[in-house]
Amino acid sequence: MSDSPAPAADRPADAALRTGFGRLLLFVYGIFALAASARALVQIITHFSEAPLAYLLSGVAGLVYIAATVGLAIGGAKGRRIALTSCSVELIGVLVVGTLSIADVGAFPDDTVWSRYGSGYGYVPLVLPFFGLWWLWHHRPSKD
Amino acid sequence: MNGPLSVATIIAALVLALWCLLRSSRNRPPSRFDLAATAALGVLVIVLVVVAVVGLFDGSRPAETGTFVGYLITTVAFAPVAIYLARLEPTRWGSLILGVACLVIPVLVLRLQQIASVTTGV
Repeated sequence: MSDSPAPAADRPADAALRTGFGRLLLFVYGIFALAASARALVQIITHFSEAPLAYLLSGVAGLVYIAATVGLAIGGAKGRRIALTSCSVELIGVLVVGTLSIADVGAFPDDTVWSRYGSGYGYVPLVLPFFGLWWLWHHRPSKD
Repeated sequence: MNGPLSVATIIAALVLALWCLLRSSRNRPPSRFDLAATAALGVLVIVLVVVAVVGLFDGSRPAETGTFVGYLITTVAFAPVAIYLARLEPTRWGSLILGVACLVIPVLVLRLQQIASVTTGV
């Protein structure tokens, strides 16, 4: 994917955060919000005691994706702040949990979205926050 | 869940994904044809899911029925949501939304097969 932004002609500079590439991000974040939180819900309801830490992390990951999706959807200064926070948390989360899940297998007997840097999800969880942060940076409010 | 219908759905989705990615890379918004093709894929998915739901009342249920049903609902919802967003976004990104959706649908079908096979052993 060569992700050069769409030409200025069809995308005004002051277009909302949620349009253009942002709409694609919104779609992918929505998928992950659903995937991560549904997975966590099933894990917590059916066999929470097996790996409480992993399942709680799954739950947190789900909430972070939901927050990012909502932030991108509402846009504006507030949405941008929400999305910025959740993308940052997500980046730290996938790096920390990914590293821990490789270094200390005992702590993560069952998989989460972020285990092994999200390898169970085609490493999309690792790449996604970079795209998210890039888009938010690219789309920062101008001074004028 | 392992029948020719699943195979057909997966192949159709992959072909359409390739097409939509190509359209996006050539900076084209989703055309009527792209949207209609995705809708047709959505219909194929609905048929697949109906077959799977009928299978649920056939005796052998997947070990994780809840997860299975969750995946069924998600799979059905995929094409309509993608079409809705793609119509809001008449740029190359709209085409990319369709492309991504068509890439995820085969994954969902494969996951459904995986979950279904735990009990049925097919």
